Amino acid sequence: MRAVLIGVGNRLRGDDGAGPAVAELARRTLPSGVCVVTCEEEPSRLIESWRSADVAVLVDALEPAGAPGAVWRFDATGRALPARSFRSSTHAFGVGETIELARALGTLPRRLIVYGIEGAVFDAGSAMTEEVVQALEGVARRIVDEIEEATCTSAR
Amino acid sequence: MADRRTIRTDYLARVEGEGAMTVVLDDGRVEDVELRIFEPPRFFEAFLRGRSFREAPDITARICGICPVAYQTSAVNALERLCGIEVPEPIRMLRRLLYCAEWIESHALHVYMLHAPDFLGFDGAVELARVAPDVVARGLALKRTGNDVMALLGGREIHPINVRVGGFYRVPSVRELRALVDPLERAREAALETVRWTAGFDFPDREVECDLVALVHPSEYAIERGRIRSTAGLEIDAAEYDEHFVEEHVERSNALHSRLRDGGVYLCGPLARFALGFDKLSPLARDAAHEGGVDGACRNPFRSVVVRSVELVYACDEALRLVDAYEEPDEPYVAVEPAAGTGYGVSEAPRGLLYHRYRLDAEGTILDAKIVPPTSQNQLAIEADLRGVVAANTGLDDDALRALCEQAIRNHDPCISCATHFLSLVVERR
Repeated sequence: MRAVLIGVGNRLRGDDGAGPAVAELARRTLPSGVCVVTCEEEPSRLIESWRSADVAVLVDALEPAGAPGAVWRFDATGRALPARSFRSSTHAFGVGETIELARALGTLPRRLIVYGIEGAVFDAGSAMTEEVVQALEGVARRIVDEIEEATCTSAR
Repeated sequence: MADRRTIRTDYLARVEGEGAMTVVLDDGRVEDVELRIFEPPRFFEAFLRGRSFREAPDITARICGICPVAYQTSAVNALERLCGIEVPEPIRMLRRLLYCAEWIESHALHVYMLHAPDFLGFDGAVELARVAPDVVARGLALKRTGNDVMALLGGREIHPINVRVGGFYRVPSVRELRALVDPLERAREAALETVRWTAGFDFPDREVECDLVALVHPSEYAIERGRIRSTAGLEIDAAEYDEHFVEEHVERSNALHSRLRDGGVYLCGPLARFALGFDKLSPLARDAAHEGGVDGACRNPFRSVVVRSVELVYACDEALRLVDAYEEPDEPYVAVEPAAGTGYGVSEAPRGLLYHRYRLDAEGTILDAKIVPPTSQNQLAIEADLRGVVAANTGLDDDALRALCEQAIRNHDPCISCATHFLSLVVERR
């Protein structure tokens, strides 16, 4: 059973760093066999990171929609992410597009869960919004629980 | 009443970054074309002040996730030269190999994922992948080979961390490099197929008229070193760049716009490299170019997709040559002591000429830095090119004209995050 956690975003751009920050927090408590990667700029690399994974959990910042720090979970295994919720702007390829590309190529992991954390500020050099910082620990815990549960279920 | 149209694209997809373009047509006449770029200007130049010169390659690598090696290379070129260091040949060759990896990654991404869908009438690579998964898989495999070379030499796939002033932190063994031969040979074959594929696209008629500027080197297709040459006959050293090129701030954009000091607009990138260095390509790449219908006389930016494909062949071919010739250096780097003064460095990023200038004090603290990425240098040429594209196609409806403009912008593979470092298209008809 191969599990991978992928944090997407750019740490130098305020709340865009939420994905990598959650991945780093979760890394401390995840079982050692779980692969944790951060992807800062170019999500087509995602396809590589979840290659042959049984379960992949991806975490990224969401476009501002009035509730910074709000957390959103989506099972992308069988269907596309709702359009334009993730910040694809600084990337050549958005997370949603990358997932659909992998679906077309038949290279999705067996199960793909996406967590989104709504951001507010994405300027270069800016700090993460307080509400986003407060959400990080909780998301990391949920992801660790989810991966452990998936791992145990498969071990039984 | 006059027919005045504005075509606007506020979010320009499939370029590296974000930006906006506005085209204003007044009664069928092109009144204005502007490319607007948003982003905190010069963030990194300010960031470098007060830091040690040894940090410059790692800090500047963060400017762009697509072309970090270009930033590292121009930085170390400038700083090593200022400090009186010339790196030993095996180290230079490793840097060239690392740079080839970046060209492979960047060109494969641009050709397959960003640009080809324009020529084939798809909204993007996802639609292309649904119809031709094997083709897209080939592009991703090519890109992966670039990633693999990058990971081995750079320490990781993005924002490589292994380049230092004076050399590398660690150099690979001959055996480690030999492991790249098989994947690079497969990549070279895929690159040749890429040329055959892109050469079959339909290309609108179009020629750029401005000067073309690229690095040249007497013995090789210039990538990590060379002198700056233009098709108008200018040939200068990196240290003379500021005497011949000026940057001006334009109200609408965070990016500075570059011109020749005499006011001339110029273009750098693949077409310029072809125009000035075609005879230095490897025989295999030259043959592929001829088979693909492009050579040093090509001025049609729409055919840049074929030129990039040929450069993919070259980068794989050259990488194989470098791997074959590699002898592990005695030391991974040479010791460098700082020197007070100003250092200048250039290299050929996948999108074109990248200029760095650093002023250091005697302790090696950076007093000021100037970085001129290819997209800022190309911005005026891209606008001029767009003006020509729009003028020749005013009969198209707004959607078709917008699509053509986006394609024309992508011909130049602008890296908007580097240029300011960001881009969104408006066609306005009045």
